[in-house]
Amino acid sequence: MSEAARLRRPYDGVVVAAPVTIPYERYSLESAQWWIGRALKALVETSRLDKRAIDGLVVSSFTLQPDSAVALTQHFGLSTRWLDTIPLGGVSGIAGLRKAARAVQAGDADVVACIAGDTNQVDTFRRTLENFSRFAQDAAYPYGAGGANASFALIARHYMTRFGATREDFGRIAVSQRANALRNPHALMKTPLTLEQYMAARPISDPIHLFDCVMPCAGAEAFLVMREDIAASLNLPAARIAGTIERHNAFAEDVVQTRGGWAMDVSDLYGMAGVQPDDIDVVLTYDDYPFVVMMQFEDLGFCAKGEGPRFVREHDFTIGGDFPHNTSGGQLSVGQAGAGGGYLGMTEALRQVLGMAGPTQVAGARTALASGFGMINYDRGLSSGAAILTGPSA
Amino acid sequence: MTEPLSPPLKRSPLNRTQLPSQPPAARSRTSHGLTRAAAEGRFALQRCTHCGAFCYPARDICPQCLSTDLPFVDAPNGGKLVSETTVRVPADVYFRERAPWRIGLVELDCGPILVSHLHGDCVAGERVRLSLQLDKSGQAVAFAKPQEETPAMQDDRQWRELTADPKFRRALVTNGRSAVGLATVDALVKAGARIVHVGVPDRWKPFPEEERLRTLPGVKLVPLDLGDERSVRDLAADIASKTDILVNTAEFVRPGGLTDRKGTSFFQMELAETYMGLVHLAQSFGPTMRMRGADGVDSAAAWVNVLSVYALANWPPFGAHAAAQAGCLSLSHCLRAELRSGGVKVMNVFTGPIDGDWFQTLPPPKVAPRAVAEAIVSGLRNGLEEVFVGDVAQDVRRRLAANPKALERELS
Amino acid sequence: MGAFDLLSFSSALADGSVRVIDLTFTLSPDFPVIVLPPEFGQASPLRVEQISRYDAAGPAWYWNNITLSEHTGTHFDAPIHWFTGKDLPNNAVDTLPVRDMIAPACVIDCSAQAAADPDFLLGIADVEAWEARHGRIPERNWVLLRTDWSKRQGRDYANLGEGGPHTPGPDAEVMRWLVEERGIIGFGTETIGTDAGQAAHLQPPFPAHHFLHGGGRYGLQCLRDLDQLPPTGAIVIATPLKIVNGSGSPVRVLALVGAQG
Repeated sequence: MSEAARLRRPYDGVVVAAPVTIPYERYSLESAQWWIGRALKALVETSRLDKRAIDGLVVSSFTLQPDSAVALTQHFGLSTRWLDTIPLGGVSGIAGLRKAARAVQAGDADVVACIAGDTNQVDTFRRTLENFSRFAQDAAYPYGAGGANASFALIARHYMTRFGATREDFGRIAVSQRANALRNPHALMKTPLTLEQYMAARPISDPIHLFDCVMPCAGAEAFLVMREDIAASLNLPAARIAGTIERHNAFAEDVVQTRGGWAMDVSDLYGMAGVQPDDIDVVLTYDDYPFVVMMQFEDLGFCAKGEGPRFVREHDFTIGGDFPHNTSGGQLSVGQAGAGGGYLGMTEALRQVLGMAGPTQVAGARTALASGFGMINYDRGLSSGAAILTGPSA
Repeated sequence: MTEPLSPPLKRSPLNRTQLPSQPPAARSRTSHGLTRAAAEGRFALQRCTHCGAFCYPARDICPQCLSTDLPFVDAPNGGKLVSETTVRVPADVYFRERAPWRIGLVELDCGPILVSHLHGDCVAGERVRLSLQLDKSGQAVAFAKPQEETPAMQDDRQWRELTADPKFRRALVTNGRSAVGLATVDALVKAGARIVHVGVPDRWKPFPEEERLRTLPGVKLVPLDLGDERSVRDLAADIASKTDILVNTAEFVRPGGLTDRKGTSFFQMELAETYMGLVHLAQSFGPTMRMRGADGVDSAAAWVNVLSVYALANWPPFGAHAAAQAGCLSLSHCLRAELRSGGVKVMNVFTGPIDGDWFQTLPPPKVAPRAVAEAIVSGLRNGLEEVFVGDVAQDVRRRLAANPKALERELS
Repeated sequence: MGAFDLLSFSSALADGSVRVIDLTFTLSPDFPVIVLPPEFGQASPLRVEQISRYDAAGPAWYWNNITLSEHTGTHFDAPIHWFTGKDLPNNAVDTLPVRDMIAPACVIDCSAQAAADPDFLLGIADVEAWEARHGRIPERNWVLLRTDWSKRQGRDYANLGEGGPHTPGPDAEVMRWLVEERGIIGFGTETIGTDAGQAAHLQPPFPAHHFLHGGGRYGLQCLRDLDQLPPTGAIVIATPLKIVNGSGSPVRVLALVGAQG
């Protein structure tokens, strides 16, 4: 165990419960406030908690302007003693979990509602791209206005050249996720995807093709972080947080991104959790693009750097496969509800370890790993994180 | 290999003219250090005064040592293309209309990594040289070209989007009587302009080289009296929609400042010929050119003003002239803003005293009219916004940047 | 007596037995003005700047601002225009006697000479030859030099070449003689200037200006259609704008010609 992992305090006395998904819609006339509010209502209904018992709130959203979390307390009639807004896109779920857990553990809050939600109106995607960050505005978006597709295309092309990954390798990831999604009634993609269809898709920003891209949509995802004794008093199924990591702007010296911050902290993750990669029953990676999934397999220790392509060829990622992965279908097939995409893996991981995943349930899943990635501020994803959750009987 | 440009076809009246759109324009204030360099055709990056690191994108804090002292300095522009992509489904209108669009990641020898527009002949993994260019929003962007020259390089589609190359374009030179105007006509013809209209005021007054101009292929003499609103309007009615590059060579030079000139008629005349001339041209040609900024190979592309460098700092021996030029400079900034929505560049070419009648008794260095003309064409081919021709203009520019008050004293 | 005669005059105008000839060029921006070395002040050509044309700047009306020199287009020279007339009384367009604005004209046809030689100079002998046929030039008459120059246009009209403009005009002697010996009220030409194009080289330079204005007389220039006038008998009406202390004025010049004229 590394020194850092040894120094990390476990999340004793804290649990995660009540995974909530508000079914996605491709376009919505409703506001982000509406979607987030619906998720809060679902949290209350699922947990059977009095709304007044929620004394902490952490929110992530790209489309909430001009509001932040504090405006929502008045909007929703909440009175909280702990509050945060986390603008971290794909890492929102991991970061929200970490912050809420420590707040509960320290007694600053008893029950924290962690919610990510976004609306998607016809011009939302473009507006988000235009205003994403200063560096993006200055030095990336004016170059073809390709947004994340173009930025990740540059990283993907380099990755392919360097490690010999092929589009077929990426296709295996996308195709297996689609197979999983067909079992998820909430997935926006409802038709099977073959490798031939994947390969024949139109190019978006070479080498990124249509089925490498997520579909922006409206939706919300949420869960509760609370004191263990409160969950027990409610008879609420709850999971423990075995380990977490979070890192921003790792490996700034890499000319082109070939690894995320996980690679810097992965030993802490497993050290803190006291497990090895082999012990993980379900893996929920952040899948804004299949090649990013491949990078996570490497950086999260499932294979060595550069062996992602081989790893993908050797494993079956479906629910019933030898390496169940993104069992809900992931963002590639469920849709990307803005910051909700950063929660999707967390809520699915929670369902899996609580045995609540229904049609996508992996038999006997007790330990799940969810990871997040995001914030392509300029030329690379800056933020990465991961969490290992364990179910009641683990 | 770049496909050499084909001459534009005649326009069909059945087709609507494509309206101009602009690439994303939002930038941080700091990043306009790049805009400044791009306007002059320099490649500059921020460099930390304390630790010497180059950095990019534009920052307010050095990522190495947290210093705030990050001036823009001229930087080595060599690098390697480490990745590239072709954007086929851009999010905005401008690039959607021009897709597919190639961009890449360039690792500069001096450190920073830049997302860059790519010349078509750039190959991933190979060496490139970067320049800063002004795009059709008037904002600085990086552009990568192959290390070595390639055939028909200037005709590259993405490069041409950032320049105002005269090749196959139609130009108007507003004063064929001036030596600079004459030289500019020759330079534009040589640069491949399809038609050069040459404005001649007072057609009843003969002038040297008139006969030569009249017989030069591609050159057409047209009546144009800049001080006369009607004359400018009438010409615009005929040729505004065929003017892709307008080179305003209006020239009215008379010595004297305020107290040593008797009466005001010269003041009136210099304002009529230069300041009002620019007003007349802008009102008559501006709206049409702004409409035609995306009109194919021979879209409206640039407006050039030849200005005295003393527009930037008054030179009392020619003080009233300098003041009129300052007025034109200010108008040019207004015009630049107004033409930007059409993607038409406004390039100001600042010259020191020109080697000719009105500066006859001044000692050298003076600027040869041909040097001004060559600077105009080179500026158009490189998409510049500010050009300083000759030693005096460069000198004034540097002194002004260093200490405007010192320059004021030196000039008086 | 006046009332009766004026009424018959108006009848004669109405029935065409008195014709009205317009001796004026259209004022336009591209009409040539006098050429002086550029370091001198210059006469402004006509400039027309539109104020409004039934548009936002004036919804129901059309009008322009104009700029021009006192000596642009068909124009009138007052004695104050030249140094020789600067101290005379009533020497500016606002003070000169209005009765001088209507006067008879003697028209001397030199069109053949001017066609043969653009630098043709009218001399005393030419005038004496004319007098031999048409009688002595009466006092207070205009003398108009017909050259048919007004039939030329643009470049041919200005006729700039080596050494500047080449246009016909009077020599120095004839001007002194017309003013002093014939007491003319003024001298008019079809060219730019009452003087010849090369008159700077005469002695005194610009003799028409020198003697006319020194003698308190007037000049008319850029006249047209002098071939429509009889050698004698036409009445010229030339009314300059009443510009305070003006040296001259653009003018609408009319000539009245009787049926037998």
